[in-house]
Amino acid sequence: MSEEPSMDIDYVTNLARIELTQEEKDKFQSQLGDVLKYFEKLQDLDVEGVEPTAHAFPRFNVWDEDVSKEGFSSEKALKNAPKSRNEQVVVPKVVE
Amino acid sequence: MDSNSLISKTATELSGELESGNCKAVEIAQAYLEQIDRVDGKVHAFLHRDDDDFLAQAKDSDERREKGETLGPLDGIPVCLKDVISVEGQPLTAASKILQDYVSPYDATVTRKLKAAGAVIGGRLNLDEFAMGSSTENSAYGPTRNPWDLERVPGGSSGGSSAAVAAREAPLTLGSDTGGSIRQPASLCGVVGMKPTYGMVSRYGLAAFASSLDQIGPFSQTVEDTALLLETISGHDPLDSTSYPTEVPSYSEFLKQKHEPCTLGLPKEFFGEGMDDEVRTAVEKAIEFYKGKGYEIVDLSLPTTDLSIPVYYVIATAEASSNLARYDGIRYTSRSERAENAVDVYAKSRGEGFGEEVKRRCILGAYGLSSGYYDAYYLRAQKTRTLIRQDFERAFEKVDAILTPTSPTPAFKFGAKSEDPISMYLSDVYTISTNLAGLPGLSVPCGFTESGLPIGLQLIGKAFDEGTLLSIAHDFDRELQFGRQAPNLED
Repeated sequence: MSEEPSMDIDYVTNLARIELTQEEKDKFQSQLGDVLKYFEKLQDLDVEGVEPTAHAFPRFNVWDEDVSKEGFSSEKALKNAPKSRNEQVVVPKVVE
Repeated sequence: MDSNSLISKTATELSGELESGNCKAVEIAQAYLEQIDRVDGKVHAFLHRDDDDFLAQAKDSDERREKGETLGPLDGIPVCLKDVISVEGQPLTAASKILQDYVSPYDATVTRKLKAAGAVIGGRLNLDEFAMGSSTENSAYGPTRNPWDLERVPGGSSGGSSAAVAAREAPLTLGSDTGGSIRQPASLCGVVGMKPTYGMVSRYGLAAFASSLDQIGPFSQTVEDTALLLETISGHDPLDSTSYPTEVPSYSEFLKQKHEPCTLGLPKEFFGEGMDDEVRTAVEKAIEFYKGKGYEIVDLSLPTTDLSIPVYYVIATAEASSNLARYDGIRYTSRSERAENAVDVYAKSRGEGFGEEVKRRCILGAYGLSSGYYDAYYLRAQKTRTLIRQDFERAFEKVDAILTPTSPTPAFKFGAKSEDPISMYLSDVYTISTNLAGLPGLSVPCGFTESGLPIGLQLIGKAFDEGTLLSIAHDFDRELQFGRQAPNLED
């Protein structure tokens, strides 16, 4: 991590599944480069042997009884879908 | 009782008026609607109102009271929610275009608890899109303005929630705090705002930003009101597996008891460069106040403080990039008209629906989690987070609470930081480490600048010891009551 941090903006926007305009790409490339430079601070500290913290307090998996519960009706669950038909979400063709 | 006198009251006072029959819940609701009509054109705290529903809830409250079936001190008191907290049948936009047509199909747990307490739930409050920002300038529906100076930001991300209380458009509001999003806007708007311990309040029904950091919390004019609202919304919830199984005491009863002065710590890293002189003076006055009350003040050090911002932005953006993957144009968000295949639906709907800061953070988060960078960024940030947590654990062996300013500066002008992400990120420098350590923190108004901008004092407490934290803040607030002062919004 000694070289200047930089980001392949096309590669990462594809990972994030966000389409950007060329103007946004240019702007983000420079702004995020600055942010990554700022993050370099993290490399200064010795964290050898330190356990990572995912949550501030220890959390454990919670099990529920294996019984069915009342949930949303499909009508209610689909109410916000941009397109739906026959109690299902309609999407563009996925398989050629 | 005339409407001006009603809207200047605290929730606790309104509750007393209702109990003694001096006014009706419907009158209170009408007084607030009139105030919103009068001032929200200038302040723009609200994204959506449903006045008929609001008045109908107030009428129900009055009917309960007539029958002697009042549900508690919040029965008939208006509470407005940040537009990331679900209320069944009401919109939830998260101030994003991508959720412009979304209607919540269920109540958040905090909403359910408020309804069970008889609270009258009002309009939807503005924020930085998906709670990402420190100024409310990132709202897709236009910024909220600071009621104390309309040329300045109210802070963020819960800027609508803080401005609504400051402008007397609501006695109580809820916001969410991931890195300071309750405390910083509370400070900039001159009201009380509190982030509870992580796990104290259920996140079920809150549109998630960074799940290991997000907490819902109250805004009000006084610490006493914050205690009342906090005890109503807190408690373990089986629907949120990160909510903590702990007893919730009555904080408002706790505040009525006598408390011995305790020990407050001043972390030297929070009192260095970058702090505005007037903020420093106001905070020093507050320290003198506590000394005068018999509190012991000790210096301490939190050596990892300067790492809290990079740690936060690595962790929060990583969690956000994962959480916001659900806004995919498929199930419940708007879908791009230009999309021709499935991947297109994701990329184009998100490209069109998300604002600039949200895109920036999702991309940054995806980068920090991507193959080859995970160890250097995300894992390293999580390890550093452990050290930040341990710094606080050591400090709390010596002190009962930590006292700092809430924000390094008073409210800044629109546009001052919006093109420079790092300078905007630095405005959360005093609040962020609290979230990383999961601790409770609150901001209480502690004075004004010469030009009349509010200044906030931050108190950070021990985990799950909200009572002590509130009692320390109440010692200051009940005497000085800076949050009771209202801005002049007349023409």
